[in-house]
Amino acid sequence: MHLAAADLSALIALCRAEIDRHGEHLGALDSAIGDGDHGANMRRGLEAVFAERDAIAALPLPAALERIGLVLVMNIGGAAGPLYGTLLMELGRALPDGDEADDLAAPLERAIAAVARRGRSGPGDKTLLDVLYPVQAELVRRSPPGDIAACARSAAHSTGPMQARRGRASFLGARSIGHEDPGASSCALLTAAICGYFEEHRPS
Amino acid sequence: MNARADQPSAPSPANVGIVIVSHSPLVAKGAADMVRQMVGDCVPLAWTGGNVEGGLGTHVAGIAAAIEAAWSEAGVAIFVDLGGAETNSEMAVERLGPARAARVAICNAPLVEGAVVAAAEASGGSSLAKVVATAEELSP
Repeated sequence: MHLAAADLSALIALCRAEIDRHGEHLGALDSAIGDGDHGANMRRGLEAVFAERDAIAALPLPAALERIGLVLVMNIGGAAGPLYGTLLMELGRALPDGDEADDLAAPLERAIAAVARRGRSGPGDKTLLDVLYPVQAELVRRSPPGDIAACARSAAHSTGPMQARRGRASFLGARSIGHEDPGASSCALLTAAICGYFEEHRPS
Repeated sequence: MNARADQPSAPSPANVGIVIVSHSPLVAKGAADMVRQMVGDCVPLAWTGGNVEGGLGTHVAGIAAAIEAAWSEAGVAIFVDLGGAETNSEMAVERLGPARAARVAICNAPLVEGAVVAAAEASGGSSLAKVVATAEELSP
């Protein structure tokens, strides 16, 4: 898979628009079990990446992903900043040099492991990892983008019945059950947006 | 709200520095005031609280600036409140590079009590390891 600068720039714009569209909803999800700032934090992070999109898209893919991660870390704040930032920075570091990314599954596996270490979390803790693990498994199976997007949405939805074991939602104990995790939700939105792009454009 | 170095006069550079990271600038500043009352200006001290827009939260750049402001060759002990303060502090420390990062510790201790106890220990010239151990005795 070759990702041209135009593709990366378009993907950044798409992700920013998706988060902007759902910012209120993410905030409402976070208000239910956290501090309510996830929508605003994600918007701020994606706006900052969007503002730098031309410079970022001009970089080789590994460096571009690392840069996106750093911009997210510096701008999202909260608990999500270090998690999304670590995901993108480690993904960039795990990719081979150049713009070719034939096998995204292995680099993504490494990046997800780094996120798990950063958050000291694992499967079933009601976090964005509960979306990332199944999405990575779909990549291993080389599933089509539409299936990966559906998997991400369903995985986010499945965090509803979970009891939070990490982050502020864990302070609520059993009362965190019944609410979809905002981090899992934003992760699914971004995954679905990216998959939608690849479904339409299918980069060579 | 960004990092504030809270140093009325030059502290002894030999003492371990203290950084206070809270989601609330008021909490961070209040804790720093209590530290200052305890140890005067003989310990490098800085605080940071709030997100990049000044609302409740924490952010890496603010924490990085606070670490620089309280930097000591003897090391820096960081005190945090809730989860994001800890993970953002970890990111800020990693960005210092391995050599300097090795001289910074994020303490598993209550923010106010930990910072005050650590500063008292640091004011006597204790090592970073001793300062951290004393503060962490507060956590069961």
